[in-house]
Amino acid sequence: MSQKEPETIEIKISEDILRARQSVRTCMVDLGFSLIDQTKMVTAASELARNTIDYGKGGTMRIEYPAEEGRTGIRLIFLDHGPGIADIQQALKDGFTTGSGLGLGLGGSKRLVNDFEIRSEPDKGTQVTVTRWR
Amino acid sequence: MDKIPILKLGNILLVTIQIDMHDQLAIALQDDLTARIVSAHAKGVLIDISSLEMVDSFIGRMLGNIAAMSQALGAQTVVVGMRPAVAITIVELGLPMENIQTALNVERGVEKLQRAMEKYEKGTPR
Amino acid sequence: MTKQKSRLIEIFEKYEQEILEDWMREQIASITYRKDLLTEAGLRKQSAELMGLIITASRSGNVTDISAPEWKPVLDFLAATSKTRAAQGFTTQETATFIFSLKQPVFARMKLELGTNAVALAEEIWIATVLLDKLGLFTAETYQKSREDIIRRQQMELLELSTPVIKIWEGILVLPLIGTLDDARTQVVMENLLQNVVDTNSSIAIIDITGVPAVDTLVAQNLIKTVSAARLMGAHCIISGIRPQIAQTMVHLGVEFGDVVTKASLADALKYAFQQAGITVT
Repeated sequence: MSQKEPETIEIKISEDILRARQSVRTCMVDLGFSLIDQTKMVTAASELARNTIDYGKGGTMRIEYPAEEGRTGIRLIFLDHGPGIADIQQALKDGFTTGSGLGLGLGGSKRLVNDFEIRSEPDKGTQVTVTRWR
Repeated sequence: MDKIPILKLGNILLVTIQIDMHDQLAIALQDDLTARIVSAHAKGVLIDISSLEMVDSFIGRMLGNIAAMSQALGAQTVVVGMRPAVAITIVELGLPMENIQTALNVERGVEKLQRAMEKYEKGTPR
Repeated sequence: MTKQKSRLIEIFEKYEQEILEDWMREQIASITYRKDLLTEAGLRKQSAELMGLIITASRSGNVTDISAPEWKPVLDFLAATSKTRAAQGFTTQETATFIFSLKQPVFARMKLELGTNAVALAEEIWIATVLLDKLGLFTAETYQKSREDIIRRQQMELLELSTPVIKIWEGILVLPLIGTLDDARTQVVMENLLQNVVDTNSSIAIIDITGVPAVDTLVAQNLIKTVSAARLMGAHCIISGIRPQIAQTMVHLGVEFGDVVTKASLADALKYAFQQAGITVT
Protein backbone atom coordinates (compact mmCIF):
# COMPACT_ATOMS: atom_id res chain seq x y z
CA MET A 1 0.00 0.00 0.00
CA SER A 2 1.50 3.32 -1.00
CA GLN A 3 1.83 5.75 1.83
CA LYS A 4 1.13 9.12 0.28
CA GLU A 5 0.99 12.25 2.34
CA PRO A 6 -2.09 14.45 2.07
CA GLU A 7 -1.41 17.82 0.50
CA THR A 8 -3.20 21.14 0.23
CA ILE A 9 -3.20 23.34 -2.85
CA GLU A 10 -4.22 27.00 -3.01
CA ILE A 11 -7.08 27.72 -5.40
CA LYS A 12 -7.05 31.47 -5.97
CA ILE A 13 -6.46 32.34 -9.63
CA SER A 14 -7.45 30.48 -12.77
CA GLU A 15 -3.90 29.07 -13.27
CA ASP A 16 -4.48 27.20 -10.00
CA ILE A 17 -7.25 25.19 -11.70
CA LEU A 18 -4.61 23.83 -14.06
CA ARG A 19 -2.31 23.01 -11.14
CA ALA A 20 -5.16 21.26 -9.31
CA ARG A 21 -5.90 19.13 -12.39
CA GLN A 22 -2.25 18.19 -12.78
CA SER A 23 -1.84 17.26 -9.11
CA VAL A 24 -4.94 15.06 -9.17
CA ARG A 25 -3.79 13.41 -12.40
CA THR A 26 -0.32 12.64 -10.99
CA CYS A 27 -1.75 11.19 -7.77
CA MET A 28 -4.22 9.00 -9.63
CA VAL A 29 -1.55 7.68 -11.97
CA ASP A 30 0.58 6.82 -8.91
CA LEU A 31 -2.35 5.01 -7.31
CA GLY A 32 -2.94 2.99 -10.47
CA PHE A 33 -6.43 4.25 -11.35
CA SER A 34 -7.71 3.44 -14.84
CA LEU A 35 -7.60 6.09 -17.55
CA ILE A 36 -11.38 6.54 -17.39
CA ASP A 37 -11.31 6.97 -13.60
CA GLN A 38 -8.46 9.46 -13.92
CA THR A 39 -10.28 11.49 -16.55
CA LYS A 40 -13.51 11.60 -14.55
CA MET A 41 -11.83 12.66 -11.32
CA VAL A 42 -9.60 15.24 -13.01
CA THR A 43 -12.66 16.72 -14.74
CA ALA A 44 -14.58 16.83 -11.44
CA ALA A 45 -11.57 18.53 -9.81
CA SER A 46 -11.51 21.10 -12.60
CA GLU A 47 -15.22 21.90 -12.19
CA LEU A 48 -15.02 22.18 -8.41
CA ALA A 49 -11.82 24.23 -8.46
CA ARG A 50 -13.47 26.67 -10.85
CA ASN A 51 -16.49 26.89 -8.55
CA THR A 52 -14.16 27.62 -5.63
CA ILE A 53 -12.79 30.63 -7.53
CA ASP A 54 -15.94 31.84 -9.28
CA TYR A 55 -18.39 31.48 -6.40
CA GLY A 56 -16.27 30.98 -3.28
CA LYS A 57 -13.84 33.84 -4.00
CA GLY A 58 -10.91 31.41 -3.74
CA GLY A 59 -9.95 28.70 -1.26
CA THR A 60 -8.04 25.45 -1.08
CA MET A 61 -8.10 21.89 -2.40
CA ARG A 62 -6.88 19.14 -0.10
CA ILE A 63 -5.92 15.71 -1.48
CA GLU A 64 -6.32 12.75 0.87
CA TYR A 65 -5.93 8.99 0.48
CA PRO A 66 -8.69 7.26 2.41
CA ALA A 67 -8.53 3.51 3.05
CA GLU A 68 -11.50 1.65 4.48
CA GLU A 69 -13.17 -1.74 4.19
CA GLY A 70 -10.17 -3.03 2.32
CA ARG A 71 -10.36 -0.45 -0.44
CA THR A 72 -8.28 2.63 -1.17
CA GLY A 73 -9.18 5.79 -2.96
CA ILE A 74 -8.53 9.44 -3.53
CA ARG A 75 -10.49 12.18 -1.81
CA LEU A 76 -10.56 15.87 -2.71
CA ILE A 77 -11.82 18.51 -0.31
CA PHE A 78 -12.60 21.95 -1.72
CA LEU A 79 -12.94 24.59 0.93
CA ASP A 80 -13.76 28.26 0.58
CA HIS A 81 -14.88 31.06 2.87
CA GLY A 82 -17.10 32.73 0.33
CA PRO A 83 -20.78 33.66 0.50
CA GLY A 84 -21.95 30.04 0.76
CA ILE A 85 -24.88 28.41 -0.98
CA ALA A 86 -28.41 29.29 0.17
CA ASP A 87 -30.24 26.36 -1.42
CA ILE A 88 -28.02 23.32 -1.94
CA GLN A 89 -30.74 21.20 -3.58
CA GLN A 90 -31.24 23.88 -6.18
CA ALA A 91 -27.49 24.33 -6.71
CA LEU A 92 -27.15 20.61 -7.46
CA LYS A 93 -29.69 20.82 -10.29
CA ASP A 94 -28.27 20.86 -13.80
CA GLY A 95 -28.53 24.22 -15.46
CA PHE A 96 -28.88 26.21 -12.26
CA THR A 97 -26.31 28.95 -11.90
CA THR A 98 -25.96 32.28 -10.19
CA GLY A 99 -22.98 33.07 -12.42
CA SER A 100 -22.31 32.90 -16.12
CA GLY A 101 -21.43 29.20 -16.35
CA LEU A 102 -23.45 26.29 -17.68
CA GLY A 103 -24.58 25.36 -14.19
CA LEU A 104 -23.15 21.85 -14.50
CA GLY A 105 -20.30 22.13 -12.01
CA LEU A 106 -21.90 20.64 -8.91
CA GLY A 107 -24.45 18.24 -10.37
CA GLY A 108 -22.04 17.13 -13.09
CA SER A 109 -19.15 16.53 -10.70
CA LYS A 110 -21.44 14.46 -8.50
CA ARG A 111 -21.98 12.07 -11.42
CA LEU A 112 -18.23 11.72 -11.98
CA VAL A 113 -17.32 10.54 -8.46
CA ASN A 114 -18.35 7.70 -6.14
CA ASP A 115 -19.06 9.76 -3.02
CA PHE A 116 -20.13 13.39 -2.97
CA GLU A 117 -20.74 15.54 0.07
CA ILE A 118 -21.47 19.24 0.30
CA ARG A 119 -21.74 21.47 3.33
CA SER A 120 -22.40 25.15 3.13
CA GLU A 121 -23.39 27.98 5.38
CA PRO A 122 -24.44 31.41 4.14
CA ASP A 123 -21.66 33.98 4.68
CA LYS A 124 -19.34 31.31 6.12
CA GLY A 125 -18.29 29.28 3.12
CA THR A 126 -18.66 25.96 1.33
CA GLN A 127 -16.94 22.61 1.60
CA VAL A 128 -17.31 20.01 -1.13
CA THR A 129 -15.82 16.55 -0.57
CA VAL A 130 -15.58 14.06 -3.42
CA THR A 131 -14.14 10.54 -3.31
CA ARG A 132 -13.34 7.99 -5.95
CA TRP A 133 -12.55 4.41 -4.90
CA ARG A 134 -10.36 1.94 -6.65
CA MET B 1 2.06 34.15 -22.64
CA ASP B 2 1.92 31.08 -24.85
CA LYS B 3 -0.51 30.93 -27.72
CA ILE B 4 -2.24 28.13 -29.55
CA PRO B 5 -1.08 28.20 -33.19
CA ILE B 6 -3.66 28.46 -35.99
CA LEU B 7 -2.63 26.96 -39.35
CA LYS B 8 -4.21 27.90 -42.65
CA LEU B 9 -4.71 25.16 -45.25
CA GLY B 10 -6.56 26.53 -48.26
CA ASN B 11 -9.84 27.85 -46.94
CA ILE B 12 -9.63 25.76 -43.75
CA LEU B 13 -8.08 26.83 -40.45
CA LEU B 14 -6.49 24.03 -38.43
CA VAL B 15 -6.12 24.38 -34.68
CA THR B 16 -4.29 21.66 -32.77
CA ILE B 17 -4.69 21.95 -29.04
CA GLN B 18 -1.69 20.21 -27.59
CA ILE B 19 -1.53 21.45 -24.03
CA ASP B 20 -3.80 21.46 -21.04
CA MET B 21 -5.28 24.93 -21.48
CA HIS B 22 -5.84 27.34 -18.66
CA ASP B 23 -8.88 29.55 -18.93
CA GLN B 24 -7.18 32.67 -20.35
CA LEU B 25 -5.55 30.63 -23.08
CA ALA B 26 -8.94 29.21 -24.05
CA ILE B 27 -10.45 32.69 -24.18
CA ALA B 28 -7.47 33.99 -26.20
CA LEU B 29 -7.96 31.16 -28.70
CA GLN B 30 -11.59 32.15 -29.16
CA ASP B 31 -10.55 35.74 -29.94
CA ASP B 32 -7.64 34.77 -32.22
CA LEU B 33 -9.70 32.27 -34.14
CA THR B 34 -12.63 34.59 -34.87
CA ALA B 35 -10.20 37.27 -36.03
CA ARG B 36 -8.40 34.79 -38.30
CA ILE B 37 -11.65 33.50 -39.84
CA VAL B 38 -12.37 37.04 -41.02
CA SER B 39 -8.84 37.97 -42.14
CA ALA B 40 -8.20 34.66 -43.92
CA HIS B 41 -11.69 34.40 -45.43
CA ALA B 42 -11.85 30.87 -44.02
CA LYS B 43 -14.86 28.69 -44.73
CA GLY B 44 -14.00 25.88 -42.34
CA VAL B 45 -12.39 25.36 -38.93
CA LEU B 46 -10.90 22.08 -37.80
CA ILE B 47 -10.08 21.71 -34.11
CA ASP B 48 -7.91 18.71 -33.26
CA ILE B 49 -8.25 17.78 -29.60
CA SER B 50 -6.57 14.36 -29.78
CA SER B 51 -3.94 15.52 -27.29
CA LEU B 52 -6.48 16.80 -24.77
CA GLU B 53 -6.69 14.57 -21.71
CA MET B 54 -9.74 16.32 -20.33
CA VAL B 55 -12.61 18.51 -21.43
CA ASP B 56 -14.49 20.19 -18.60
CA SER B 57 -17.54 22.45 -18.90
CA PHE B 58 -15.33 25.50 -19.52
CA ILE B 59 -13.48 23.99 -22.47
CA GLY B 60 -16.72 22.40 -23.68
CA ARG B 61 -18.40 25.78 -23.66
CA MET B 62 -15.45 27.32 -25.49
CA LEU B 63 -15.73 24.69 -28.24
CA GLY B 64 -19.45 25.40 -28.50
CA ASN B 65 -18.80 29.13 -28.66
CA ILE B 66 -16.22 28.72 -31.40
CA ALA B 67 -18.68 26.62 -33.44
CA ALA B 68 -21.45 29.20 -33.01
CA MET B 69 -19.21 32.21 -33.73
CA SER B 70 -17.70 30.56 -36.81
CA GLN B 71 -21.16 29.75 -38.03
CA ALA B 72 -22.10 33.42 -37.65
CA LEU B 73 -19.02 34.35 -39.68
CA GLY B 74 -19.89 31.85 -42.42
CA ALA B 75 -17.47 29.09 -41.48
CA GLN B 76 -18.20 25.47 -40.47
CA THR B 77 -16.47 23.88 -37.47
CA VAL B 78 -15.57 20.22 -36.92
CA VAL B 79 -13.94 18.95 -33.72
CA VAL B 80 -11.78 15.87 -34.29
CA GLY B 81 -9.88 13.25 -32.33
CA MET B 82 -11.71 13.23 -29.00
CA ARG B 83 -10.36 10.42 -26.81
CA PRO B 84 -12.73 7.70 -25.56
CA ALA B 85 -12.16 8.56 -21.88
CA VAL B 86 -12.88 12.23 -22.58
CA ALA B 87 -16.07 11.40 -24.51
CA ILE B 88 -17.37 9.14 -21.72
CA THR B 89 -16.63 11.82 -19.11
CA ILE B 90 -18.41 14.54 -21.10
CA VAL B 91 -21.51 12.35 -21.36
CA GLU B 92 -21.49 11.65 -17.59
CA LEU B 93 -20.93 15.31 -16.85
CA GLY B 94 -23.92 16.15 -19.04
CA LEU B 95 -22.24 18.76 -21.24
CA PRO B 96 -24.52 19.78 -24.11
CA MET B 97 -22.43 19.38 -27.28
CA GLU B 98 -25.18 18.69 -29.82
CA ASN B 99 -24.35 21.74 -31.91
CA ILE B 100 -20.77 20.60 -32.42
CA GLN B 101 -19.86 18.52 -35.47
CA THR B 102 -17.31 15.79 -34.82
CA ALA B 103 -15.09 13.38 -36.73
CA LEU B 104 -12.70 10.58 -35.82
CA ASN B 105 -9.50 12.20 -37.05
CA VAL B 106 -8.13 15.10 -39.10
CA GLU B 107 -8.56 13.23 -42.40
CA ARG B 108 -12.23 12.42 -41.75
CA GLY B 109 -12.69 15.92 -40.40
CA VAL B 110 -11.47 17.50 -43.61
CA GLU B 111 -13.86 15.30 -45.64
CA LYS B 112 -16.73 16.28 -43.40
CA LEU B 113 -15.81 19.97 -43.59
CA GLN B 114 -15.62 19.87 -47.37
CA ARG B 115 -19.07 18.30 -47.60
CA ALA B 116 -20.46 20.85 -45.15
CA MET B 117 -18.82 23.74 -47.01
CA GLU B 118 -20.22 22.56 -50.36
CA LYS B 119 -23.69 22.32 -48.87
CA TYR B 120 -23.30 25.78 -47.36
CA GLU B 121 -22.15 27.27 -50.65
CA LYS B 122 -25.26 25.86 -52.31
CA GLY B 123 -27.31 27.87 -49.89
CA THR B 124 -28.40 25.19 -47.46
CA PRO B 125 -26.54 25.86 -44.23
CA ARG B 126 -25.67 22.85 -42.03
CA MET C 1 5.63 -16.70 26.15
CA THR C 2 8.54 -14.39 25.46
CA LYS C 3 12.13 -15.59 25.17
CA GLN C 4 11.69 -19.30 25.64
CA LYS C 5 14.36 -21.79 24.81
CA SER C 6 12.42 -24.28 22.79
CA ARG C 7 13.69 -27.72 21.95
CA LEU C 8 11.57 -27.72 18.83
CA ILE C 9 14.57 -26.88 16.68
CA GLU C 10 16.60 -29.75 18.14
CA ILE C 11 13.84 -32.19 17.36
CA PHE C 12 13.40 -30.80 13.87
CA GLU C 13 17.10 -31.08 13.09
CA LYS C 14 17.60 -34.48 14.67
CA TYR C 15 14.59 -36.14 13.01
CA GLU C 16 14.23 -34.12 9.82
CA GLN C 17 14.19 -37.20 7.61
CA GLU C 18 11.85 -39.20 9.89
CA ILE C 19 9.41 -36.36 10.34
CA LEU C 20 9.34 -35.82 6.59
CA GLU C 21 8.61 -39.51 5.97
CA ASP C 22 5.85 -39.57 8.59
CA TRP C 23 4.42 -36.33 7.25
CA MET C 24 4.39 -37.70 3.71
CA ARG C 25 2.62 -40.84 4.88
CA GLU C 26 0.15 -38.71 6.78
CA GLN C 27 -0.59 -36.54 3.75
CA ILE C 28 -0.92 -39.38 1.30
CA ALA C 29 -3.17 -41.38 3.62
CA SER C 30 -5.41 -38.38 4.20
CA ILE C 31 -8.71 -38.24 2.35
CA THR C 32 -7.78 -34.70 1.34
CA TYR C 33 -4.81 -35.87 -0.76
CA ARG C 34 -5.40 -34.95 -4.40
CA LYS C 35 -3.47 -37.47 -6.45
CA ASP C 36 -5.10 -36.03 -9.54
CA LEU C 37 -3.60 -32.58 -8.96
CA LEU C 38 -0.25 -33.27 -7.32
CA THR C 39 2.09 -36.25 -7.78
CA GLU C 40 3.78 -37.87 -4.81
CA ALA C 41 7.14 -36.65 -6.04
CA GLY C 42 5.79 -33.11 -6.32
CA LEU C 43 4.30 -33.27 -2.85
CA ARG C 44 7.57 -34.65 -1.45
CA LYS C 45 9.53 -31.83 -3.04
CA GLN C 46 7.14 -29.21 -1.55
CA SER C 47 7.16 -30.84 1.87
CA ALA C 48 10.96 -31.19 1.99
CA GLU C 49 11.42 -27.60 0.92
CA LEU C 50 9.02 -26.33 3.57
CA MET C 51 10.68 -28.45 6.27
CA GLY C 52 14.05 -27.02 5.30
CA LEU C 53 12.71 -23.46 5.43
CA ILE C 54 11.02 -24.00 8.80
CA ILE C 55 14.26 -25.41 10.26
CA THR C 56 16.28 -22.46 8.97
CA ALA C 57 13.77 -20.01 10.41
CA SER C 58 13.58 -21.76 13.80
CA ARG C 59 17.38 -21.64 14.15
CA SER C 60 16.95 -17.95 14.98
CA GLY C 61 15.46 -19.12 18.28
CA ASN C 62 12.19 -17.40 17.53
CA VAL C 63 9.42 -19.95 17.09
CA THR C 64 6.47 -17.82 18.18
CA ASP C 65 6.44 -14.65 16.07
CA ILE C 66 6.06 -15.57 12.42
CA SER C 67 5.85 -11.91 11.39
CA ALA C 68 9.58 -11.56 12.20
CA PRO C 69 11.93 -11.22 9.20
CA GLU C 70 13.52 -14.66 9.72
CA TRP C 71 10.14 -16.28 8.95
CA LYS C 72 9.65 -14.37 5.71
CA PRO C 73 11.04 -17.14 3.45
CA VAL C 74 8.58 -19.61 5.05
CA LEU C 75 5.62 -17.26 4.55
CA ASP C 76 6.66 -16.49 0.97
CA PHE C 77 6.85 -20.19 0.22
CA LEU C 78 3.44 -20.85 1.81
CA ALA C 79 1.89 -17.91 -0.04
CA ALA C 80 3.22 -19.18 -3.37
CA THR C 81 2.08 -22.74 -2.63
CA SER C 82 -1.44 -21.81 -1.57
CA LYS C 83 -1.76 -19.49 -4.56
CA THR C 84 -0.86 -22.33 -6.92
CA ARG C 85 -3.19 -24.68 -5.11
CA ALA C 86 -6.03 -22.17 -5.33
CA ALA C 87 -5.46 -21.90 -9.07
CA GLN C 88 -5.24 -25.69 -9.45
CA GLY C 89 -8.61 -26.16 -7.77
CA PHE C 90 -7.68 -27.46 -4.30
CA THR C 91 -10.29 -26.78 -1.58
CA THR C 92 -9.55 -24.77 1.58
CA GLN C 93 -9.45 -27.97 3.61
CA GLU C 94 -7.10 -29.68 1.22
CA THR C 95 -4.78 -26.69 1.26
CA ALA C 96 -4.80 -26.24 5.04
CA THR C 97 -4.16 -29.94 5.61
CA PHE C 98 -0.73 -29.46 4.05
CA ILE C 99 0.37 -27.66 7.25
CA PHE C 100 -1.90 -29.22 9.84
CA SER C 101 -0.85 -32.76 8.92
CA LEU C 102 2.65 -31.88 10.07
CA LYS C 103 1.43 -31.80 13.69
CA GLN C 104 1.09 -35.54 14.18
CA PRO C 105 4.65 -36.47 13.05
CA VAL C 106 6.20 -33.63 15.09
CA PHE C 107 4.24 -34.53 18.24
CA ALA C 108 5.17 -38.20 17.85
CA ARG C 109 8.87 -37.37 17.74
CA MET C 110 8.52 -35.10 20.74
CA LYS C 111 6.94 -37.89 22.68
CA LEU C 112 9.88 -40.13 21.85
CA GLU C 113 12.39 -37.49 22.83
CA LEU C 114 10.76 -36.13 25.99
CA GLY C 115 8.58 -39.09 26.96
CA THR C 116 9.26 -39.07 30.68
CA ASN C 117 9.20 -35.32 31.23
CA ALA C 118 5.48 -34.56 31.06
CA VAL C 119 5.84 -30.89 31.87
CA ALA C 120 8.44 -30.27 29.18
CA LEU C 121 6.45 -32.34 26.69
CA ALA C 122 3.28 -30.33 27.28
CA GLU C 123 5.29 -27.13 26.92
CA GLU C 124 6.92 -28.18 23.65
CA ILE C 125 3.68 -29.48 22.16
CA TRP C 126 2.05 -26.18 23.00
CA ILE C 127 4.80 -24.19 21.30
CA ALA C 128 4.67 -26.41 18.21
CA THR C 129 0.85 -26.18 18.10
CA VAL C 130 0.88 -22.39 18.24
CA LEU C 131 3.51 -22.20 15.50
CA LEU C 132 1.83 -24.67 13.15
CA ASP C 133 -1.60 -23.14 13.75
CA LYS C 134 -0.25 -19.73 12.78
CA LEU C 135 1.34 -21.12 9.64
CA GLY C 136 -1.83 -23.05 8.83
CA LEU C 137 -4.04 -20.01 9.25
CA PHE C 138 -1.70 -17.95 7.14
CA THR C 139 -1.92 -20.57 4.41
CA ALA C 140 -5.71 -20.69 4.56
CA GLU C 141 -5.90 -16.92 4.46
CA THR C 142 -3.65 -16.54 1.40
CA TYR C 143 -5.59 -19.33 -0.23
CA GLN C 144 -8.84 -17.44 0.41
CA LYS C 145 -7.37 -14.22 -0.97
CA SER C 146 -6.12 -15.97 -4.09
CA ARG C 147 -9.60 -17.44 -4.65
CA GLU C 148 -11.14 -14.01 -4.32
CA ASP C 149 -8.66 -12.62 -6.84
CA ILE C 150 -9.55 -15.40 -9.24
CA ILE C 151 -13.28 -14.69 -8.85
CA ARG C 152 -12.77 -10.98 -9.41
CA ARG C 153 -10.70 -11.62 -12.52
CA GLN C 154 -13.27 -14.02 -13.86
CA GLN C 155 -16.02 -11.47 -13.31
CA MET C 156 -14.04 -8.94 -15.30
CA GLU C 157 -13.36 -11.46 -18.04
CA LEU C 158 -17.02 -12.39 -18.13
CA LEU C 159 -17.94 -8.74 -18.57
CA GLU C 160 -15.53 -8.41 -21.45
CA LEU C 161 -16.50 -11.72 -22.98
CA SER C 162 -20.12 -10.72 -23.02
CA THR C 163 -19.43 -7.53 -24.97
CA PRO C 164 -17.60 -8.44 -28.15
CA VAL C 165 -17.14 -5.79 -30.80
CA ILE C 166 -17.01 -7.14 -34.35
CA LYS C 167 -15.67 -5.33 -37.37
CA ILE C 168 -18.16 -6.40 -40.01
CA TRP C 169 -17.00 -4.16 -42.85
CA GLU C 170 -14.35 -1.55 -43.43
CA GLY C 171 -15.45 1.29 -41.16
CA ILE C 172 -18.47 -0.54 -39.70
CA LEU C 173 -18.59 -2.17 -36.26
CA VAL C 174 -21.30 -4.39 -34.76
CA LEU C 175 -21.79 -4.75 -31.03
CA PRO C 176 -24.25 -7.55 -30.22
CA LEU C 177 -25.50 -6.93 -26.68
CA ILE C 178 -26.61 -9.94 -24.64
CA GLY C 179 -28.15 -9.66 -21.18
CA THR C 180 -29.23 -6.61 -19.24
CA LEU C 181 -27.40 -3.34 -19.41
CA ASP C 182 -26.74 -2.06 -15.88
CA ASP C 183 -24.45 0.84 -15.04
CA ALA C 184 -21.31 -1.26 -14.55
CA ARG C 185 -21.87 -3.08 -17.81
CA THR C 186 -22.56 0.16 -19.66
CA GLN C 187 -19.12 1.40 -18.63
CA VAL C 188 -17.45 -1.70 -20.06
CA VAL C 189 -19.56 -1.60 -23.22
CA MET C 190 -18.80 2.09 -23.78
CA GLU C 191 -15.07 1.72 -23.20
CA ASN C 192 -14.90 -1.33 -25.40
CA LEU C 193 -16.89 0.18 -28.25
CA LEU C 194 -15.11 3.55 -28.21
CA GLN C 195 -11.65 1.98 -28.10
CA ASN C 196 -12.63 -0.20 -31.06
CA VAL C 197 -13.90 2.84 -32.93
CA VAL C 198 -10.44 4.40 -32.55
CA ASP C 199 -8.49 1.21 -33.27
CA THR C 200 -10.41 0.25 -36.41
CA ASN C 201 -11.04 3.81 -37.56
CA SER C 202 -14.75 3.06 -37.88
CA SER C 203 -17.29 5.81 -38.25
CA ILE C 204 -20.41 3.62 -37.99
CA ALA C 205 -21.30 1.35 -35.08
CA ILE C 206 -24.40 -0.88 -34.95
CA ILE C 207 -25.56 -1.80 -31.44
CA ASP C 208 -27.75 -4.87 -31.75
CA ILE C 209 -30.04 -5.43 -28.76
CA THR C 210 -31.75 -8.64 -29.93
CA GLY C 211 -30.22 -10.37 -26.89
CA VAL C 212 -31.37 -7.78 -24.36
CA PRO C 213 -34.38 -9.23 -22.49
CA ALA C 214 -36.06 -5.92 -21.60
CA VAL C 215 -35.54 -2.27 -22.33
CA ASP C 216 -36.56 -0.06 -19.43
CA THR C 217 -35.79 3.59 -18.85
CA LEU C 218 -32.39 2.81 -17.35
CA VAL C 219 -31.30 0.56 -20.22
CA ALA C 220 -32.46 3.17 -22.74
CA GLN C 221 -30.59 5.89 -20.87
CA ASN C 222 -27.42 3.80 -20.86
CA LEU C 223 -27.79 3.10 -24.58
CA ILE C 224 -28.25 6.80 -25.29
CA LYS C 225 -25.13 7.57 -23.24
CA THR C 226 -23.13 5.12 -25.33
CA VAL C 227 -24.49 6.60 -28.56
CA SER C 228 -23.73 10.17 -27.38
CA ALA C 229 -20.16 9.31 -26.41
CA ALA C 230 -19.57 7.65 -29.78
CA ARG C 231 -21.02 10.70 -31.53
CA LEU C 232 -18.59 12.99 -29.67
CA MET C 233 -15.75 10.98 -31.14
CA GLY C 234 -17.22 11.27 -34.61
CA ALA C 235 -18.86 7.85 -34.92
CA HIS C 236 -22.49 7.33 -35.90
CA CYS C 237 -24.46 4.71 -33.93
CA ILE C 238 -27.48 2.71 -35.07
CA ILE C 239 -29.54 0.61 -32.64
CA SER C 240 -30.94 -2.56 -34.15
CA GLY C 241 -32.76 -5.70 -33.04
CA ILE C 242 -35.75 -4.04 -31.44
CA ARG C 243 -38.25 -6.90 -31.21
CA PRO C 244 -41.97 -6.06 -31.50
CA GLN C 245 -42.48 -6.98 -27.85
CA ILE C 246 -39.70 -4.62 -26.77
CA ALA C 247 -41.08 -1.85 -28.94
CA GLN C 248 -44.43 -2.29 -27.17
CA THR C 249 -43.01 -2.14 -23.65
CA MET C 250 -40.90 0.84 -24.65
CA VAL C 251 -43.99 2.75 -25.69
CA HIS C 252 -45.85 1.71 -22.53
CA LEU C 253 -42.97 2.86 -20.34
CA GLY C 254 -42.54 6.05 -22.33
CA VAL C 255 -38.96 5.10 -23.20
CA GLU C 256 -37.52 7.09 -26.07
CA PHE C 257 -34.29 6.83 -27.97
CA GLY C 258 -34.42 10.50 -28.98
CA ASP C 259 -32.87 11.15 -32.37
CA VAL C 260 -30.94 7.88 -32.41
CA VAL C 261 -31.50 5.88 -35.59
CA THR C 262 -33.21 2.57 -34.76
CA LYS C 263 -33.89 -0.43 -37.00
CA ALA C 264 -35.90 -3.61 -36.46
CA SER C 265 -33.22 -6.03 -37.58
CA LEU C 266 -29.47 -6.17 -37.91
CA ALA C 267 -29.92 -6.64 -41.67
CA ASP C 268 -31.87 -3.37 -41.92
CA ALA C 269 -29.23 -1.60 -39.88
CA LEU C 270 -26.47 -2.95 -42.09
CA LYS C 271 -28.29 -1.81 -45.21
CA TYR C 272 -28.65 1.66 -43.70
CA ALA C 273 -24.97 1.65 -42.68
CA PHE C 274 -23.88 0.76 -46.22
CA GLN C 275 -25.98 3.61 -47.55
CA GLN C 276 -24.43 6.03 -45.09
CA ALA C 277 -20.92 4.89 -45.90
CA GLY C 278 -21.65 4.95 -49.65
CA ILE C 279 -20.99 1.24 -50.04
CA THR C 280 -22.84 -0.79 -52.68
CA VAL C 281 -22.88 -4.56 -52.43
CA THR C 282 -23.91 -6.65 -55.43
